[in-house]
Amino acid sequence: MVTLGHYLIVSGLLFTIGFAGVLLRRNIIIIFMSLELMLNAANLSLVAFSRFRLTAAGMPDYNAQVFVFFIITVAAAEVAVGLAIIVALYRARQTTHVEDVCSLKF
Amino acid sequence: MSPILFWLFAFVMLIFGAAVVINRNPIASALSLVICFMGLSALFMSLDAFFIGIIQVLVYAGAVMVLFLFIIMLLDLRAEERRKINLVAVVGGAAVALALFVQIYSVVGQLSAANKPFPALASPKTDDVHSVGLLLFTNYNLPFQIIGVLVLVATIGVIVLSKRELR
Repeated sequence: MVTLGHYLIVSGLLFTIGFAGVLLRRNIIIIFMSLELMLNAANLSLVAFSRFRLTAAGMPDYNAQVFVFFIITVAAAEVAVGLAIIVALYRARQTTHVEDVCSLKF
Repeated sequence: MSPILFWLFAFVMLIFGAAVVINRNPIASALSLVICFMGLSALFMSLDAFFIGIIQVLVYAGAVMVLFLFIIMLLDLRAEERRKINLVAVVGGAAVALALFVQIYSVVGQLSAANKPFPALASPKTDDVHSVGLLLFTNYNLPFQIIGVLVLVATIGVIVLSKRELR
């Protein structure tokens, strides 16, 4: 039997994988993909809570699904802007490695 | 949804999610991320959120990942595989991530609702596109319009950033 806790643990594991990717990898594009994994882990727990907490009519709580819809839209806009910044960075420095971009490092 | 299918899709999602982080080749990472999003979309559908599952495939596995692959191939990132791994940073980062997961696990373990099964729906026909759309255009009308402006600003920002010289 699959419970709410199973979905939350799977979502937590996906978030942890994304978090580890941000910490471990030095390629800025892989870091960006790991951020997408973390956003999607949050979406999975939102949809699980939406299905768990039914409304009075016995239907899933669609407020959470509207929220997920907004998250997906903002994430798509974020990917477009972020990749444009990466292309601009590559034009200026010929690198996508975060350790090669350290002008602001104290 | 049967538990076997849940575990199958959860394992596919987590294994390919880990492959995104582990692969040294950015193209292999991006293709793993596509499979990971397919598994996630199946999990959404197992929670009766068919609309969210379909836009997950269309927007993420379709549009966003094509953009990622396009940029990876445009920049021709093959030098990455020759870099050596900093072992101290890898062990430290993995320890911090593991600590985060232990915290999430203990919080979910204390949640009393976590070991209850999902309640049955009133009817198996969920008509969720209609319900989400109705909420989007009534209760969430203002956020929806703000999102529209945000997408417009992002489009203009991308065009400005992609110009060869900023002035």
